[in-house]
Amino acid sequence: MKIQILGTGCPKCKKLTQHAEEAVKALGLNAEIEKVTQISDIMKFGVMMTPALAVDGTVKSVGKLLSVEEIKGLLK
Amino acid sequence: MNSSIWRKYLAWSVAGLAIWWLVYRSLASVAAWFAYSLLGMAHGSHLASAVEFFIYEAPKVLMLLVLVVFGVGIVRSFFTPERTRRILSGKREFTGNVLAALLGIVTPFCSCSAVPLFIGFVTTGVPLGVTLSFLISAPMVNEIALVLLFGLFGWQVAAIYLVTGVVIAIAAGWVIGRLRLEKHVEDWVYQTQAGSGVTDEELDWPARIRLGLDAVKDIVGRVWIYVLIGIGIGAGIHGYVPQNFMASIMGKTWWSVPLAVLIGVPMYSNAAGIIPIVQALLGKGAALGTVLAFMMAVIGLSLPEAIILRKVLKPRLLAVFFAVVAAGIMLVGYLFNLIM
Repeated sequence: MKIQILGTGCPKCKKLTQHAEEAVKALGLNAEIEKVTQISDIMKFGVMMTPALAVDGTVKSVGKLLSVEEIKGLLK
Repeated sequence: MNSSIWRKYLAWSVAGLAIWWLVYRSLASVAAWFAYSLLGMAHGSHLASAVEFFIYEAPKVLMLLVLVVFGVGIVRSFFTPERTRRILSGKREFTGNVLAALLGIVTPFCSCSAVPLFIGFVTTGVPLGVTLSFLISAPMVNEIALVLLFGLFGWQVAAIYLVTGVVIAIAAGWVIGRLRLEKHVEDWVYQTQAGSGVTDEELDWPARIRLGLDAVKDIVGRVWIYVLIGIGIGAGIHGYVPQNFMASIMGKTWWSVPLAVLIGVPMYSNAAGIIPIVQALLGKGAALGTVLAFMMAVIGLSLPEAIILRKVLKPRLLAVFFAVVAAGIMLVGYLFNLIM
């Protein structure tokens, strides 16, 4: 499983990355977390609000700082 | 969604609003009681008038803020950038500018997303001028400014601010669109392959109410301290600065409006901090047009915004953008100094 955090480095993007890491750890998943920070790469996802979160290439959430619980729900 | 959860949300919302209304209505008498009876201060003293101002305005503004941010959070759950883009793409210039300025008020926006939003708009057929109308209106006409203006000045000034903000956004975007400056957008922007975007999820009402509560936690949690500091400074001005002191500096002389804009642009403050100060200045004889221009320059144009937009706009277009918006703000300032 591959989780991508889309964001240019705003405080919320960093928070979201932390939450994703915690969610992965809590579920004991074998997932890779990648930060996508280049605008042109973010635009390929068609995302206009950061931070966004994609799982295996599909955007699951846009413009929201998800809680650890919410991310767990997306990963199950 | 089963009906018992619906009923629970409805009951809590109604109860919350009722309590809000009762507390809000009794604020003025509590503030007067606090300053004059509890602290035993004399009527008419500088300190008493400053304290009463603070004790009354601080909870009042914070309560209005909670209510409006909650309401706006719910309204915004109906508007996503994707939906706004679909509405705007392929629209004619003038209609597009009007729609963009109005949608700028209700679409969720944060200046950190200005660049992806700009690219997402212009690469899918939203004209440059229309996109800029959106980018002017979104930060300038914001809900916090509206609440504070309504709470501190009354609905007339809030309405003036709303209407003039939208008009500036429409006019400035339209002018820039007429100037045909597309080649002054950074070249890589139009080469960007924008994905088709995300499909909107359908939300039910409990989810929208939760979004409203999230907005309250996020926004009020961030700005309450600026509101208190702003009202604190405002209270000081209210109690101690002599009447009509500001008339000489921020009055109706011809140079006061450009000066206010010039000072306002590099200043970066959110609406929450600046408006209580502005209110106190107005009470001491500053002219409404000058104050309005100052406030719009502080909220609508800022150096951090220029730095963010520089990524997608070449220097000349960025300069034109700031000049046109600043000119619009000055016109509003002169207009109100003339008629008020």
